[in-house]
Amino acid sequence: MDTPTLAVFKLASCDGCQLTVLDCEDELLALAGRVRIAHFLEASSAVRPGPYDVTLVEGSITTPADAERIRQIRAESKVLVAIGACATAGGIQALRNFGDVAEFASVVYARPDYIDTLATSTAIADHVPVDFELRGCPIDRRQLLEVLTAFLAGRKPDLPDTSVCTECKRRGLTCVLVADGTPCLGPVTHAGCGALCPAYRRGCFGCFGPMASPNVAALVPRLRAAGMSEDEVGRVFRTFNAASGGWSS
Amino acid sequence: MSHRARQLKVSSLARVEGEGALRVTVRDGVVERADLQIYEPPRFFEALLRGRGYTEPPDITARICGICPVAYQTSACNAIEDACGVRIDGPIRELRRLLYCGEWISSHALHIYLLHAPDFLGYPDAIALAADHREIVERGLLLKKAGNAILELVGGRAIHPVNVRVGGFYAAPGRARLDHLAGQLRPALDAAIETVRWVAGFGFPDLETDHELLAVHDPAGYAIEGGTTVRRSAGPDFEVDAFSNHVVEEQVPYSTALHAALDGGRYLTGPLARYTLNHDQLSPLALGLAADAGLGSECRNPFRSIVVRAIETVYAVEEALRLIASYQPPEPSYVVVPARDGVGHGLSEAPRGLLYHRYEIGADGLIRSATIVPPTAQNQAAIEEDLRRTVAANLHLGDEPLTGLCERTIRNYDPCISCSTHFLELTVERS
Repeated sequence: MDTPTLAVFKLASCDGCQLTVLDCEDELLALAGRVRIAHFLEASSAVRPGPYDVTLVEGSITTPADAERIRQIRAESKVLVAIGACATAGGIQALRNFGDVAEFASVVYARPDYIDTLATSTAIADHVPVDFELRGCPIDRRQLLEVLTAFLAGRKPDLPDTSVCTECKRRGLTCVLVADGTPCLGPVTHAGCGALCPAYRRGCFGCFGPMASPNVAALVPRLRAAGMSEDEVGRVFRTFNAASGGWSS
Repeated sequence: MSHRARQLKVSSLARVEGEGALRVTVRDGVVERADLQIYEPPRFFEALLRGRGYTEPPDITARICGICPVAYQTSACNAIEDACGVRIDGPIRELRRLLYCGEWISSHALHIYLLHAPDFLGYPDAIALAADHREIVERGLLLKKAGNAILELVGGRAIHPVNVRVGGFYAAPGRARLDHLAGQLRPALDAAIETVRWVAGFGFPDLETDHELLAVHDPAGYAIEGGTTVRRSAGPDFEVDAFSNHVVEEQVPYSTALHAALDGGRYLTGPLARYTLNHDQLSPLALGLAADAGLGSECRNPFRSIVVRAIETVYAVEEALRLIASYQPPEPSYVVVPARDGVGHGLSEAPRGLLYHRYEIGADGLIRSATIVPPTAQNQAAIEEDLRRTVAANLHLGDEPLTGLCERTIRNYDPCISCSTHFLELTVERS
């Protein structure tokens, strides 16, 4: 059997999710022995043309060129995995979707007419079919290794779609919302981080986006009781996964 | 008059974070222009920060860069605390410095081993390098992992740490966990020392630059997480809040990155600037290694920036060990920072160079305006000048080696443009 090929592409994003691949220090050289890294610009100047067995894409679609490019990437990829909040929900830059992108551009640039950008920042799945979406801002290293292992072995990744609370309780942490009165999005946020923020006595701020069927209506009064104003509640749901839609339904 | 045009094309410039094209025009043996064009899809951070809460920039601006999020978080905290009239010192400041040392170690190790060294050794990447010299790449990964271990313990995770807040930290790690971390850092210090000796033996193309240099300065130590003034090579130090009087960004038609100028002139931030302006504050060990590596009191060859990064890595590991040895968990782990009507300025030294944030906030705790000047915007004019000089000095080279040298000239700066594909087009016209 031929060595499977891996490609990593990046659109509008911060590089953090592809850096997660390089942050697998203990597994990096082992991984390099199992796959042929055919396209991973951040890491290598050696680039091979597609098709690719597994492609990871970080970043959202914010330009006409990238909307075209993702179709090309899809055509060259057997398995396409969207990694991170930008690729799965549009990212923090999707705040433009609630505003006026021309006005945004005029704040940053003296000549916004030089800037070619779309009015919205959208997820990969809004443009092409994806085989798997790995959540997180940034993604979790262990989950990334599970996804790569699964697709290389020809099986589906085994990752939970429950809430952060389930990880928090398994970790034996005291609930920051109940015990400290700290506002926490854990009950409605997708698992995957390992309940990182509560371990630091911080409330979850939702960087993994909405869990499957979140009960937002039940949580909001608790956030208000914990001292958040209506505006603050509005803002806390509008960060890195603002445009995912999962919390507003 | 006859013209001979040379077209060099590289469809993708690798081992940097950025998207751009380069166009060089040479006429009569003179390089007329060298434009580094950046096509980073704009994400409009300064616009989307308006109307957000004043405690949000550390988390939001971290997402500008996955490689140096601590730099963004720290500059953001410094600026907001300044706007609110709060000064952070003592154990909280030291814990910030420790966290930032983690980012320096991790980011410098990433650049030295995975992005930059392959250029000097003729490999496309560190994976190919590992096939011939596995122990070298493993040493780099050990070093990078040690930096990440600091980020993970103090910050919660290596990319976009969750433990940083305006005023300090959500929770301070206990002594025992830091002692355990020190055990991981001791072998990293050996790896960092070996790294200096390894890169000092590389062959460096000649390139002397005359950019003005700019770096944060702190009388208390080699500036990392903040400082009292901004130091420059061709003028007196100025105050942090005077930064925007001296540095002005302008837009050029061919780039989504704004270009910055210092009093109208080209300048450089980052390892070369820090070393040249602040090296007397380095540790005896780092200074001794620098002397052994052939560095004098200043370093103006960008190709040697890999040596300076290695020296800074040694210093950052030593500094982390020193901070851990004297660590007392700050109690409480943060200072309350009440919102007030005001403007604040914040600086810190990201691995790639000086990072400036300015916020205007209201008494209602909402951000009215935000300005962020990242290192790469400041270094772009210097990169273009280096390209002009490199091309002018190497016109005798064939297309492929000349283009390769241009790519290396850009990689010297560890540009952090958060992008993927690059298009490097070199057009040389000669009569």
